Amino acid sequence: MNILHYWRAMWGIIGRELWRFVTQRERFISALVRPLIWLFVFAAGFRAALGLAITPPYETYILYEVYITPGLLGMIQLFNGMQSSLSMVYDREMGSMRILLVSPLPRWFLLLSKLLAGTGVSIVQAYVFLGIARAYEIEAPWQGYLWVLPALVLSGLMLGALGLLLSSFIKQLENFAGVMNFVIFPMFFMSTALYPLWKLQESSELLKNLAQYNPFSQAVELIRFALYGQFNQAAFIYTLCAFIIFMTAAIVGYNPSKGMMARKGGAGG
Amino acid sequence: MMKKNVLGLFLLTTLVGQVNAETVFVTLEKDNALAVVDPIAGKLLKTVPVGQRPRGISISPDYKYLYIATSDDNTIKVIDANSLKEVGKLPSGEDPETFALNPKGDRMYVSNEDDSMVTVIDVAKKKAIKQIKVGVEPEGITVSPDNKWVISASETTNMLHWIDTKTSEISDNTLVDPRPRALGFTADSQQLWVTSEMAGTLMILDANTRQLIKTVKFAAQGVTADKIQPVGVVIDKERKRGYVALGPANRVAVINAQTFEVEKYLLVGQRVWNLAFSPDQKRLYTTNGVSNDISIIDLDEQKVTKSIAVGTYPWGVAVKP
Repeated sequence: MNILHYWRAMWGIIGRELWRFVTQRERFISALVRPLIWLFVFAAGFRAALGLAITPPYETYILYEVYITPGLLGMIQLFNGMQSSLSMVYDREMGSMRILLVSPLPRWFLLLSKLLAGTGVSIVQAYVFLGIARAYEIEAPWQGYLWVLPALVLSGLMLGALGLLLSSFIKQLENFAGVMNFVIFPMFFMSTALYPLWKLQESSELLKNLAQYNPFSQAVELIRFALYGQFNQAAFIYTLCAFIIFMTAAIVGYNPSKGMMARKGGAGG
Repeated sequence: MMKKNVLGLFLLTTLVGQVNAETVFVTLEKDNALAVVDPIAGKLLKTVPVGQRPRGISISPDYKYLYIATSDDNTIKVIDANSLKEVGKLPSGEDPETFALNPKGDRMYVSNEDDSMVTVIDVAKKKAIKQIKVGVEPEGITVSPDNKWVISASETTNMLHWIDTKTSEISDNTLVDPRPRALGFTADSQQLWVTSEMAGTLMILDANTRQLIKTVKFAAQGVTADKIQPVGVVIDKERKRGYVALGPANRVAVINAQTFEVEKYLLVGQRVWNLAFSPDQKRLYTTNGVSNDISIIDLDEQKVTKSIAVGTYPWGVAVKP
């Protein structure tokens, strides 16, 4: 077993995921339609709702569209993470994961490759979204588009790892709706993606705390600061820790002897 | 060679940086003070007490003195622009709010809102030399860059009074849209731009014929029409663009000064009131009365780059290079 095997396997997985993404044009479009609707329909309605207090990284008053853009980048990655976990469940049902997991490479490596593949796809989506937003004058400084890349990698990994972890719990595709209701929506709405913390605090202290400790919020803040050329250390550490925890749990979850697979009686995988 | 170039570039940027350094002075109506801001560093440097209810502010053409209308002291204070110490007072008449200096800086024209008068002051002698009766509630006032005209706008009479600087007499009156607030000449003195607060419009007049060239209407997305109350107006030297502060709409309208189309609305702080260019006209400073800050607009990029908290009720703004 040498490095070449690892390399080939990783590119096999990433290539498959990217190929899937490119060939499924509907998926590409639908992945963009969701955040674009939020941006141009939802945010337009709330245009005047924000602009009372200037919070970092912003140095002046901003329109609501500008505020939610990093949140929508987070949304793209959150849905993408869930989508790739959905495809894991699908692969398991179809049996293609069996092929993957019987390879002699370590399981953690295969899962990490899968995760990198999903993150890569989400970053492509994120940049297309940023490009469309820029065409409509929702702009960040040029260097921000560069700085946001490492932030998107980490947040994509973290949200993808969460997806992997969840997929280790799900036996059948039908159960996935529950994930949407119990994970995606609370995570998205109880975060700083749509409203700043001070606005949440005005309505409830509890809501503010929930949003503050929500790993999705921290990922969004990491992206938000990076997009303006700033490094949010606290958000970085929080997101990194969340990634390590989710990833470790996912690896354990996919371990046939210890994890959820064993308990589920090894349907596929 | 390469090293030399790099060094040269470094020195050049440092020097240019120094040339660009400027100071922004903002009157704080409620704090009875003057805020001193370094706009390049984006910092409020200090706040200096200046008198009761300071509003209108202007700087002498040689940048040595600041003139500040301290309304509740019924005077216009003369402040040394470097030491920020008071060096004199001008007899403005009661409750001065707005005033204008002529291009040489030796005459000052003050609107006396309650008395419906314009007071003419000899700046060197610190003496009022004439009072001119104008319409009800005169507010906006300006002197043409060629020093031919002083224009006073009466808020209630909805009228512009064309005062000949040679005779200090009104030679003509022009009716404009309701509640004219601020006035600005183009650098060539050919056009006069007038904002009307109640009508929500900008009227552009030919200064020679006094005929209307165009009425500009504003409609910013997401802002209700009643919030559009144009106040401060400035036009750049090349007459490429003009800028109008839209009050509670929290926007500055960017107007193409050739076609008179509104190109853009820039979001700034709340109730944006008065505007001033940087000396190189690369930046525009706005006073935001309700959000208690000033906003800085980068005019090359046409973007608001920063808002800086300055104190309560920022009103007027003047810039020293």
